[in-house]
Amino acid sequence: MPQIFPEAANGIARLVLWAALVAVLGLVALSVLLPRSDMFTGQDRILAQPVPFSHQHHAGGLGIDCRYCHAAVEQSAFAGMPPTETCMTCHSQLWTRAEMLDPVRQSLATGTPLRWNRVHDLADYVYFNHGAHVSNGVGCTTCHGAVDEMPLMRQAAPLTMEWCLDCHRDPAPNLRPPEAVFATDWRRGSEAEQAALMGRYDIHPETMTDCNVCHR
Amino acid sequence: MKRAALLLLLLAACRQEMDEMPRHEFYEPSDHFANGMSARPPVPGTVARGDDLSPVPDEIPGPVTRAMLDRGQERYDIYCAPCHGIDGRGHGMVVQRGFPQPPSYFDPRLVAAPDRHFYDVITGGYGAMYSYAARVTPADRWAITAYIRALQFAQSVPVSALPEDMRAALETER
Ligand code: HEC
Ligand code: HEC
Ligand code: HEC
Ligand code: HEC
Ligand code: HEC
Ligand code: HEC
Repeated sequence: MPQIFPEAANGIARLVLWAALVAVLGLVALSVLLPRSDMFTGQDRILAQPVPFSHQHHAGGLGIDCRYCHAAVEQSAFAGMPPTETCMTCHSQLWTRAEMLDPVRQSLATGTPLRWNRVHDLADYVYFNHGAHVSNGVGCTTCHGAVDEMPLMRQAAPLTMEWCLDCHRDPAPNLRPPEAVFATDWRRGSEAEQAALMGRYDIHPETMTDCNVCHR
Repeated sequence: MKRAALLLLLLAACRQEMDEMPRHEFYEPSDHFANGMSARPPVPGTVARGDDLSPVPDEIPGPVTRAMLDRGQERYDIYCAPCHGIDGRGHGMVVQRGFPQPPSYFDPRLVAAPDRHFYDVITGGYGAMYSYAARVTPADRWAITAYIRALQFAQSVPVSALPEDMRAALETER
């Protein structure tokens, strides 16, 4: 009986087997890496906004407190976005002719709110609460990065479940005393100081990783 | 290959449903109303549950405690200091950038003004100054008033009236 496969078939078969293995490993690697990539998490993405609002100028340069504009952040789940009137407390007198601020003045005149595009947006099946973090000593810049240096807002953290859990397992190094929560220049204290804050806020990491904390 | 592509497409389709549920999160737009908002603003004159409807007193209600002053200072630094300055003289950061300068709190007219005047200015605004009622609760308005009173008082105390340790600290600083 003549041979069905030429001699080269051995090589081809090996190549196919190896290629299949590489493809499978590649797929696994891709499925692990892709959901963590900036493309999927939205990390460092910058969105176009109706007005190019600069946190660098307002929070950094002028030193305005976050709560002047995000007034609900201490009590509510939602941080709160400034209504047009809040911009106008200053811009009724400052930069009154700047073209950049046309949408703000128009919004006040017509009573139509400005539509800011969301930079941070968790999936709807995740529950998040600002008040719970702010009143337990987790500062804005721990999660949002150096906001006071951002000419345009960007998402500084990946906001994946892994990222949330990294802190929920061991929050101690990220806790601040209450008066430093809104500061943009906070520095971590010694290990003993950080551990003492766990007692001060009465935080128990044992239950903070339960699924129903965030999925309810 | 085709099947693999189909499988990938199916996997991709899995994500969306739970990511974007058919409910409105805060400030999510909606096509139910003409202006695109998903929530309705309260009707003018709405009274929230727990609102205090008793007439506003003319003086700071209740005793002024240390906690109240601390709260007042915190709120003052957030909402008032950008214009009035942390010392109350009216040289805040925003004024340095061209905002009309507010009067100093040490102006004799404002030292003589009743407590209620400060409460009313925060509630209703004054001239070029907008209302802060939406962001400063009635209790916090009184706390800020108490803190402004403390600032004014601090300007009028002679060094000789200070307790011994404070005076010593002041002397060494000088
Ligand atoms: C003068 C008002 C003002 C101040 C002060 C201010 N913000 Fe903002 N903030 C805004 C506006 C307006 C937006 C929406 C536009 C944008 O995303 O850039 C915003 C957006 C944000 C967002 C992104 C929201 C989203 O869409 O996900 C974060 C996070 C944020 N601010 C954090 C802070 C922090 C932290 C501080 C204090 C250090 C601060 N802000 C101070 C006005 C302000
Ligand atoms: C507490 C006062 C204050 C508030 C509130 C405020 N601004 Fe400003 N804004 C300023 C000042 C002062 C400048 C000039 C910047 C400078 O001199 O560094 C400015 C500048 C700007 C500019 C010009 C570009 C730039 O960043 O320099 C834009 C745009 C702007 N503001 C948008 C807004 C919007 C939108 C809001 C409302 C969310 C707002 N501002 C609220 C004080 C304020
Ligand atoms: C533990 C992390 C964390 C801390 C601390 C934190 N944020 Fe956020 N912030 C988030 C996440 C996550 C979102 C997206 C929430 C969502 O999509 O539901 C967000 C969203 C926002 C938004 C958009 C509106 C909203 O609520 O969805 C603003 C504005 C904001 N944060 C401001 C602040 C300010 C100001 C502080 C400090 C007082 C702060 N954040 C502290 C994690 C944090
Ligand atoms: C830097 C640290 C840190 C990060 C990051 C963080 N958390 Fe937290 N979280 C805390 C602390 C501290 C508490 C307070 C625990 C307590 O009350 O004992 C908390 C509490 C909570 C609670 C409980 C609120 C309640 O009402 O009981 C929820 C929900 C929550 N976090 C969700 C999230 C989600 C979702 C993320 C990611 C998007 C996240 N957290 C990221 C530190 C963090
Ligand atoms: C600290 C908050 C937190 C806790 C606790 C938590 N999760 Fe999550 N979970 C998240 C966040 C945030 C996401 C969204 C991740 C994203 O969008 O990439 C998520 C996503 C998921 C997803 C969807 C994954 C995907 O890729 O679509 C599943 C499934 C899930 N969580 C299961 C669980 C289970 C099971 C537990 C308990 C063992 C748990 N989670 C505990 C915050 C949390
Ligand atoms: C954006 C700048 C700005 C901010 C922030 C601001 N003010 Fe004013 N305020 C002014 C200006 C300007 C005037 C002078 C108004 C005029 O005479 O037209 C003024 C006037 C006043 C007066 C004097 C009224 C009189 O009888 O002359 C009081 C009292 C006052 N403000 C209290 C406050 C308090 C309390 C806060 C914080 C809750 C505050 N202001 C925040 C700008 C500001």
